[in-house]
Amino acid sequence: MRRTMRRMMRRMMRGPFASAIRRAIVLGMAAALGAASAHAADVDRPLRPLVNDIAERVQACTLCHGAQGRATPEGYFPRLAGKPAGYLVHQLQNFRDGRRPHALMSGLLRNMSDDYLVEIAGYFAALDLPYPATADAGLSSQDRRMAEQLVRQGDAARRLPACVACHGAAMTGRQPAVPGLLGLPRDYLVGQLGAWRSGQRRAHAPDCMADIAKALTPAEVGAVARWLAAQPPGAPVEPASTEPLPITCGGVSP
Amino acid sequence: MSARRWLATMLVVPTALAAAMVATAWAREAWLASRPLAPSTLSSQPAQPAQPAQPVDATVLARGAYLARIGNCAGCHTARGGPAMAGGVPLATPFGTLYSSNLTPDPDTGLGRWSADDFWRALHLGRSRDGRLLYPAFPYTSFTGMTRADSDALYVWLRQLPARRGEVPAHSLGLLTGWQTSLAVWRLWNFVPMDGASSAADRGRYLVEVVGHCAECHAPRNRVGALRDAPGLGGGWVGIGEWWAPSLADPAEGGVQSWSDAEVREWLTSGWSSRGVALGPMADVVADSLRHLAPSDARAMAQHLRSLPVVAGKRGPVKPAPSPQIELGRRVYATHCIDCHGDRGQGRSVDGQPVYPALAGNRAVTQASARNLLQVLANGAYAAATPGHPRPYGMPPMRQVLSAAEMAAVASMVRQSWGNEASAVTEQDVLRLR
Repeated sequence: MRRTMRRMMRRMMRGPFASAIRRAIVLGMAAALGAASAHAADVDRPLRPLVNDIAERVQACTLCHGAQGRATPEGYFPRLAGKPAGYLVHQLQNFRDGRRPHALMSGLLRNMSDDYLVEIAGYFAALDLPYPATADAGLSSQDRRMAEQLVRQGDAARRLPACVACHGAAMTGRQPAVPGLLGLPRDYLVGQLGAWRSGQRRAHAPDCMADIAKALTPAEVGAVARWLAAQPPGAPVEPASTEPLPITCGGVSP
Repeated sequence: MSARRWLATMLVVPTALAAAMVATAWAREAWLASRPLAPSTLSSQPAQPAQPAQPVDATVLARGAYLARIGNCAGCHTARGGPAMAGGVPLATPFGTLYSSNLTPDPDTGLGRWSADDFWRALHLGRSRDGRLLYPAFPYTSFTGMTRADSDALYVWLRQLPARRGEVPAHSLGLLTGWQTSLAVWRLWNFVPMDGASSAADRGRYLVEVVGHCAECHAPRNRVGALRDAPGLGGGWVGIGEWWAPSLADPAEGGVQSWSDAEVREWLTSGWSSRGVALGPMADVVADSLRHLAPSDARAMAQHLRSLPVVAGKRGPVKPAPSPQIELGRRVYATHCIDCHGDRGQGRSVDGQPVYPALAGNRAVTQASARNLLQVLANGAYAAATPGHPRPYGMPPMRQVLSAAEMAAVASMVRQSWGNEASAVTEQDVLRLR
């Protein structure tokens, strides 16, 4: 086999077309090397128009967070659109200052001024985008009862206020700084409550959510997360209220 | 020579030499400690604990605050979002992880019992109040050149910070590196105290070589971690190799000899100029420290950096990346990069202002090491928000949408297109990123 190949090669390189073959080989190599330094991208469409505004400046955010939040193998990037601006500012500061450890987020935010964070938060808060359809979260009737009890009434024995007392009657949040909890995946909600229980996630002191999360049982965390994930989102954020909250919360004061 | 005598020589001679070196090192330390100190410039000593507070000279205090900013003490001594100068920040080195000290005036865990002389000894000689030799992770190899007056001003400023009680973690070093004698021998070979008065004569040089301690990142180190030719600023790894601080002597890497004075000043104080953007650890330095430079100091630093002797780096012939990799890189670029960086890597402007940098002819793209390019490509980056550049545009973290092979491909492609001639990047290079 090899001898045949060798004989064929010898005949090619000495035969009538030898010089043409040699030229083709050299040109082919040159083309391969030349391609690297030639016009690198052949794109027929016009480039995206750029505008000198905040939307262009946050392109680095929307790649991960998408319009409606995005689930990836690296984790879940929650929806930013329509969240109360005060809540978003606090989370940006928490990532920047290490209260919420996340290498990628804190690297991007590390050298941003408070003024710029306020502008970025304001942009996302003002976005009005549709919500995706809720998926079935496997809610049993026992889970439903347990969750609705906590969400609507809380538990006086453990000094747990009702969730709706801060997060709004429809659990869609309250201006300026309390987020809505609908339209988020069950696993993400379990993860965040778990992170407060373990101290991984922190907020401005006094950290009310840490106290609440630690007072819940693991079964309750699961039930509440499943219930929230099953509720259809889309109702508006409640306006700011002058009524005092049932507990003091560092992340809610301006 | 008989085998036994040969063995005895092989054992005895090195041991004797080592013992002599150790003895010399400790003798030298004793001599350094016994030398008279430069006299304090303070008119009155700040109060010790449980004594009534002394009035503080406002000019000295302001100077101390300014020096702490320019020297970026907070960069190591203040945890992100934590109390000022309370320490506990880890610094990863090839020899282990060290933790910065608590510099607040707490009497038990901070500098509460330290006098101005004690502080001067730490800065100038690298010795703690209790006589312990300090690790050069605290860059006294640069701060040794500080003047006594500047040291005293820093001391006064530190004394009036709120005291924070808190033990910082012990350094995690190996058996040999954690030994004071190793440090004494290291200092014998690698540390010479400098005279502050002479180094302060040239303000630009003083700011770069002493207060700014630029060499601690920007100069190469030998195998035992000592700086080689610190004033030359020939380039070095930051920490344990996550970022490369480019050579400031090589115009093809980070040298600014061909920039105008205004361009260098703009870059130092705002982290941004039409010639380049500060990203990664340098963005932190600009945001925390250099943006506070007084205009005269910015001018002095710029002048010194522009006058560094040009030392071109050795670059061998560049091997072209395999064409399948370049092809993949071109496809990735056409999908993800072209809208910001342009179809010819020319960058793009908005309202006549450059917004997304050119990749063609961009030194950050063609550095000898591709590490910085990969960091920015994988993890994204925003320039620092400074008064001169308050609303920066951003680079998204492409690791969320690109595989390691795709990132390597597009990195190779931009490094070898549009006239750029730099080495190809492999998938392993990308996987080595944290």
